[in-house]
Amino acid sequence: MKPFTTHTGIVATLDRSNVDTDQIIPKQFLKRIERTGFGQYLFFDWRFLEDGSLNPDFELNQPRFENASILVGRKNFGNGSSREHAVWALDDYGIRAVIAESFADIFYNNCSKNGLLPIVLNADHVQLIHDRANQHDAYEVTIDLNEQTVVDDYGLASAFEIDSFRKQCLVGGLDQIALTLNHIGKIEQFEKENGDWLER
Amino acid sequence: MIANNPRTLFEKIWDQHVVYEEPGQQTLLYIDLHLIHEVTSPQAFEGLRLAGRKLRRPEKTVGTQDHNVPTTDRSLPIVDTVSRQQIETLRKNCQEFDVRLYDLDSPQQGIVHVIGPELGLTQPGMTIVCGDSHTSTHGAFGALAFGIGTSEVEHVMATQTLAQLRPKTCEIRINGSLGRGVTSKDLILYLIGKLTTAGGTGYVIEYTGQAIRELSMEERMTVCNMSIEAGARAGMIAPDETTYEYIRGREFAPVNFEESVNRWKSLPSDPDANYDRVDIFEADDIAPQVTWGTNPGQVISVDSNVPDPADFEDPTDRQSAQSALKYMDLTPGTPMTGIALDRVFIGSCTNSRIEDLRVAAELVHGKKIADHVSAMVVPGSGIIKQQAEKEGLDQVFLDAGFEWREAGCSMCLGMNPDQLSPGERCASTSNRNFEGRQGRGGRTHLVSPEMAAAAAIAGHFVDVRHWD
Repeated sequence: MKPFTTHTGIVATLDRSNVDTDQIIPKQFLKRIERTGFGQYLFFDWRFLEDGSLNPDFELNQPRFENASILVGRKNFGNGSSREHAVWALDDYGIRAVIAESFADIFYNNCSKNGLLPIVLNADHVQLIHDRANQHDAYEVTIDLNEQTVVDDYGLASAFEIDSFRKQCLVGGLDQIALTLNHIGKIEQFEKENGDWLER
Repeated sequence: MIANNPRTLFEKIWDQHVVYEEPGQQTLLYIDLHLIHEVTSPQAFEGLRLAGRKLRRPEKTVGTQDHNVPTTDRSLPIVDTVSRQQIETLRKNCQEFDVRLYDLDSPQQGIVHVIGPELGLTQPGMTIVCGDSHTSTHGAFGALAFGIGTSEVEHVMATQTLAQLRPKTCEIRINGSLGRGVTSKDLILYLIGKLTTAGGTGYVIEYTGQAIRELSMEERMTVCNMSIEAGARAGMIAPDETTYEYIRGREFAPVNFEESVNRWKSLPSDPDANYDRVDIFEADDIAPQVTWGTNPGQVISVDSNVPDPADFEDPTDRQSAQSALKYMDLTPGTPMTGIALDRVFIGSCTNSRIEDLRVAAELVHGKKIADHVSAMVVPGSGIIKQQAEKEGLDQVFLDAGFEWREAGCSMCLGMNPDQLSPGERCASTSNRNFEGRQGRGGRTHLVSPEMAAAAAIAGHFVDVRHWD
């Protein structure tokens, strides 16, 4: 996994709640057997019109968000299906962090397994970021995972929470399977003590 | 753990599965059963291969093909080459890693959350995961079951464990009995409407109360299935005689069955156990439900009207309602029963079990679906299909004008050719009414199998409590 330490980037707004993973990556693109190449399909039904042209009304298609690497949403971002393809699509598109008032559990987990940082901020700060992203062209924030802060050039200094294990894995870009396999003795012991239920 | 410390069902299962924990770390939890399917597993198998890892316990992993499979004649080749490749990939991976697979040609193939319980793989007290959010279904047996992403699928494959933060607990108690024509689907839709789609985030819900105890296993699965639609990590129902009787005699039921039952009897929450949160509802308040919007929390009783966004206090809710009504092409104030339908879908891991098909068949028996409606029934598994055919239900549906299909996820998510066309309106027994879920531009209304069956005949929604 690629590490996440600090990142400064342009913020794109997605001014809606309950952005579900069906929207982030529609089902017709879940048939690939690779982890890569999903960016072109990100928000497909919103980004593209029926004839395949860009939908000018969709936020991400605005020229000022063209090089955005941070997305700011609203409430319950990423609800619905467990498809990790949603995170792969965001990542492949170039998004390094998503800021929202709240996230759905599975999506939040999936983000942090792919070096994409989900950041929960309170509604006031989310609103502030929306406002500034709309007021200023190429509005940027700087995210510091070690310090757990989001700051901008206009006085925003917001702190966010993240559990220490997740943070450690993201900062170090750690292979969590390898970490778990360090405890292989404990897994073996558990299996010995608890027996088997499933007989073949 | 102090033995006489009162604990909830969730806490008992969690405690029993802790492999390792230390302060500041996530808990390493042992996983008893890992279910896999063709869509969320290929990248995990590939990850194992790249790292030179194996499945730690292949015998605790069971696979099936469901999301992407055609529901038409299985003897024909799959036309969509990309779908075919995904299905063949699972086949090859299961062979290479020695995983039991219920393949397309197996009579036991079906939706992963239907066949797990059906085969007796799902049992009380277990930890069960699958790369699918509706894994919460298995909680109906008093198991801790939740959906995971593909990275976690790979983690379980390699280690038979998952690193997890301990979720909070929430009791949802439903007093009284559900009325006539009111089903467990209506119950869970009603609850999601009250809780909202994020109301359960961070929680494992345990459903309790008389209305829950009176449900069959099929009905309990419907409730737990949609826990994720309230944002919950998992939904659970304490095992009881209904649970034990359902499992008894199934292929993978424990050999020493009575011994297992005795163990399972220790699982229900202790009387004095504490939950982080308790919500109480009355079964009497629940009418048949229909969703009007583009998330499952946007739901209302069938005897109500399409709501007016102006009545929503929260500005984001108001905006959500506005855009939902625009997408759904609905006008505030329209009676829900006045909404005409183009399609009806009876199926999905929420409502495709034999009981669902029986009640739907009973409603359509001797009738014809409306001229402007096309309708299909997709059984949840090969076993269900066979049972339904033995009971003659297939003929009842066919006579009424329904299509009768092979088992799979089908139009619940439309990964296969079973999709809505733009603008088509569908009464669906599935679990998600997201924009485009059943096909780009398609409009989904979530309902119970009874409501779907009646709507197919009438051509619009009807209140099944007063319909003959």
